[in-house]
Amino acid sequence: MTPIAITMMIIAVLTVWGGLALALLNLKRHPEDEGALPKEHAPEL
Amino acid sequence: MSSAAAGSSRGAAGPAAPAKRETFSTRRLFILSAIGSAVGLGNIWRFPYIAYDNGGGAFLIPYLVALLTAGIPLLFLDYAVGHKFRGSAPLAYRRLHRVAEPLGWWQVLVCFVIAAYYAVIIAWSLMYTLFSFTEAWGDDAEGYFFGSFLRVAEAPGIGFTYVPSVFFPLLLVWIAVIVIMVAGIRKGISRANSILLPLLVVMFVLLVVQSLFLPGAAQGLNAFFTPDWSALADPSVWAAAYGHIFFSLSVGYGIMVTYSSYLKRRTDLTGSGMVVAFANSGFEILAGIGVFAALGFMAQAAGAGVNDVVTQGIGLAFVAFPTIVSQAPFGALMGVLFFGSLVFAGVTSLISVLEVIVAAVQDKVGWGRIKASLVVSGLVAAVSLALFPTATGLYLLDTSDAFVNSFGITLGALVTVVVLAWFLRKLPLLSAHLNHVSTIKMRRIWMVLVAGVVPLALIYMVSSEFISKISTTYEGYPEWFVGLFGWGMAGALVVVALVLTFIPWSRTSKAHDDPEYQSMLDEEEEETAR
Repeated sequence: MTPIAITMMIIAVLTVWGGLALALLNLKRHPEDEGALPKEHAPEL
Repeated sequence: MSSAAAGSSRGAAGPAAPAKRETFSTRRLFILSAIGSAVGLGNIWRFPYIAYDNGGGAFLIPYLVALLTAGIPLLFLDYAVGHKFRGSAPLAYRRLHRVAEPLGWWQVLVCFVIAAYYAVIIAWSLMYTLFSFTEAWGDDAEGYFFGSFLRVAEAPGIGFTYVPSVFFPLLLVWIAVIVIMVAGIRKGISRANSILLPLLVVMFVLLVVQSLFLPGAAQGLNAFFTPDWSALADPSVWAAAYGHIFFSLSVGYGIMVTYSSYLKRRTDLTGSGMVVAFANSGFEILAGIGVFAALGFMAQAAGAGVNDVVTQGIGLAFVAFPTIVSQAPFGALMGVLFFGSLVFAGVTSLISVLEVIVAAVQDKVGWGRIKASLVVSGLVAAVSLALFPTATGLYLLDTSDAFVNSFGITLGALVTVVVLAWFLRKLPLLSAHLNHVSTIKMRRIWMVLVAGVVPLALIYMVSSEFISKISTTYEGYPEWFVGLFGWGMAGALVVVALVLTFIPWSRTSKAHDDPEYQSMLDEEEEETAR
């Protein structure tokens, strides 16, 4: 691959997947209200 | 998914206690389902080509700008409407303002059309998953697909020459989807997404890894990522970015309104939405890498340039990929991974499209889950099975897809945004709702984007589509055909939406009898008073 293509690939992956990582981190920092969760649900859920 | 009957307890609660609205049991399941809806065939077969054709690596800039300034703001608008007004699209818009109800029905009808043909592509993919083992297409993938497999008629029209190799897999797809729909939000949709989406990601990652090891992969990635910076000065490139983002995120036609209506009251809407939006884009980037690595291999094998083999949509999936499968080492595995991914990505999107219709009928008529999902899915399945697995089905699919995208989704989204933002002026109310429950706060900028940037982008898209479709008959098909199934269908959606609005809501419907929503309103009032 050419250096410019590699650079653009890295930038694309970092911005989009980095954005996803940040979004997940933000969500993790604000957990769901546990009291509102059902007591029982199927294991795969 | 097999325990359909268990899902009935909720719907059959009896007349004494009105059925409570179904909910996603956790935020994670909502996010998985919303990602499952957003990640569809378009991510795999449309995005790679659009990016390549609009500046390669440079496309990242308009793409991200469009995502942040239009895609995500519109996604939040849908969430806010569905979550605040807690209803299917027609009910939620009706609760927002009486005059807005037809917008909801318009979206429901758009979903009807999409569901009818979308299932057909899943059926083809299902067959191609099997064909990958035998390489049924031989050395002529194109001739096989259009000739032996679809038996496409020479001229567009409406015929009833059924093609059994499409009819029966389509029937199978509909049976599976109806089982999911009948089982409901928790036991059907949540469960299907929590199984199929992780499976899709694993299969697709394997496919990408396999593609990257093919000779010529680097050549494909060069073609995909090498930036053409001059493209940034071209308005059509920016239009392509906004257009792609709208279709990719599944915004503006009721899906996200419906899904968010099943969320609990205290759910972080914007925080969840960011995960959905970036996961969808993350999958697209992955698809771009996988598809172009494979196309690079195909080009090298043919002794041609990547630009000679590049394609999108049906041509990519059912002509280029079979050719790659035949030539690549462990081709059968590659075919199963690719076509299996199309099936799973398609099913998780199809159920979200169907849910828009099921929820609307449930709300309007007051039916329980099982009855509504059986009647609705059965009706869509009947239309789908009657019209599409025929020798002329491909022409109909192509025309309805083109027109429902331009004058159903895009025009519908434009009218919705303009009505909400400019006529009813509901953005401050919706922004307050988002801020009340979410971690990422929507400030004035969100309203500016929704009321300004989004309609401008949509106006550009609708008008350029209108000009291109009016100047030449679509694909050179006969005028009566395009007039009836293109323009006629798109116009009928608006007329039928108005008719459905005028049909009164049943006495037992959620519009008249929804103690849950009423108590929620009372609570909100109390909170404001405090």
